[in-house]
Amino acid sequence: MKKRKLTKGILGTYSFLIYFILYAPIIILVVYSFNKSKLNAVWTGFTLNWYSVLANDGDVLQALQNSLTIAFFSTVISTFIGTLAAVGMYKYKFKGKTALDGLLYVPIIIPEIVMGISLLVFFTQTKITLGLFTLILAHVTFSISYVVIVVRARMKSFDKSLEEAAMDLGANGLQTFTKVTLPIILPGIIAGALMAFTLSLDDVIISFFVSGAGFETLPLRIYSMVRTGVTPEINALSTIMLAVTLSIAIISELIQLKKSKKI
Amino acid sequence: MDTTKGKYKKKRQYGHIVTISPVMLWMIILVAVPLLIVAGMGFMTRGTYGQVEYKFTLDNYKMLAQPIYLKILLDSLGIAFLTTFFCLILGYPFAYFVANVSAKYKVILFMLIMIPFWTNSLVRTYAWIVILRTTGVLNSYLMQIGIIHQPLQLLYTNGAVILGLTYALFPFMVLSLYSSIEALDKTYLEAASDLGASPVQTFLRVTLPLTMPGISAGIILVFIPTLGLFYISDLLGGSKTMLIGNLIQNEFLTARNWPFGSAMSILLIAITVIFIVIYFKHSNGEEIEVL
Repeated sequence: MKKRKLTKGILGTYSFLIYFILYAPIIILVVYSFNKSKLNAVWTGFTLNWYSVLANDGDVLQALQNSLTIAFFSTVISTFIGTLAAVGMYKYKFKGKTALDGLLYVPIIIPEIVMGISLLVFFTQTKITLGLFTLILAHVTFSISYVVIVVRARMKSFDKSLEEAAMDLGANGLQTFTKVTLPIILPGIIAGALMAFTLSLDDVIISFFVSGAGFETLPLRIYSMVRTGVTPEINALSTIMLAVTLSIAIISELIQLKKSKKI
Repeated sequence: MDTTKGKYKKKRQYGHIVTISPVMLWMIILVAVPLLIVAGMGFMTRGTYGQVEYKFTLDNYKMLAQPIYLKILLDSLGIAFLTTFFCLILGYPFAYFVANVSAKYKVILFMLIMIPFWTNSLVRTYAWIVILRTTGVLNSYLMQIGIIHQPLQLLYTNGAVILGLTYALFPFMVLSLYSSIEALDKTYLEAASDLGASPVQTFLRVTLPLTMPGISAGIILVFIPTLGLFYISDLLGGSKTMLIGNLIQNEFLTARNWPFGSAMSILLIAITVIFIVIYFKHSNGEEIEVL
């Protein structure tokens, strides 16, 4: 018994250390975004200067606007198509279902760089100009799979007899869907949409290939800033990005938590 | 009776066309077709000005066998292997601990694993540059305390690349380990120790085999992305570390040898497919064993 307690103590200390290593870089990054010194090295005093530099950086603001536009459209489109697909795959048997299943896993499994170059090649061959439009198409493509998986996971706990009851009571297909099915799977749809939004906002690799010259998303802006030199402005920008994704992550986890409590 | 049946059938067909055809079309046009084009391009010829000429050749694949490219491939596989190894070795005890804490703390500890999973990996890579560079946080403080007098070269090394990759992909390993450790039936462990097995024996002969699905899923989720994450090796390894991801990026955007870049991408897909096949064979065997 004593031995077991000891192992648990060692494991606990070890895990604490891992948490520390996971979070220390992020915390240091955030702390130094408030540092007066232009060098990211020694603390010289508190300032919000780097945030105001950021607010006046035209390139960053443009990239932010681009990223939000892309994330908005790709979330709406991928959530719509993905939800329809999840419902359809749950309800109907059809030819090519296994093939579709496999195809949906392709964007998740193959390295992102392969997705990126295959879309670049495709857009070039079909003479579609690279830019906002191709970025939205690409982001929808990798988001759909995640939306389908998240919504399908929610459908698994769905009681089919509820739909049958609605039909028996005279509701038509559309009514049954909007009044019975949709409210039940809504948490899954929201979780899927939030995931699509963060995936789009965070994507580096695929965007890198399909953005074309002169069009930047926020992560691509950060990438080129980091390559030219480390400045506290990047820390500030990173901090804002972290804050946004963190809020989305927490909202999403809370929704999941609520869901699991209900069941 | 017949008419209602016919009506019902019609409705069903309509339903699946409405729900499935958008996703089907989207995935065929933007996933399957582009990949097929890349597969075809791997057999094309590069023109003098970097354009693609539609002449069949096997040269791109022959080029892959040249020592310089073979070395990059082996280096990449080596770094991917080490990254996966560190994620697994560091992640297993950690996932084991989190999966076994009391329910009260589990929610918060689990959430603390999920958060890095959601945050941007480019930003998290940048955080390591802030820490590791010669005028960075670590070197500055070590020099201030007087442990070192000259800054250490930590950045732009293979070690930094492996650290960055491990840091970026660690949550994926932990999540898949966590789910399989949590699903572990604790009565097996009790049975083993009741039958006289030592904790080490129990771990090696019961826990480890039963959590194998999580381990293999984790290996896939770490190993495969490692091969393509070019920005981590670019930022933390500098020009010294050339991995297959960097090479592909270079062939497509700088060298403009798309056919050769395509051939390399096909190689990446082949490696991925090998892993997936092994995984499915493995997990099928497991299922049969359980049955």
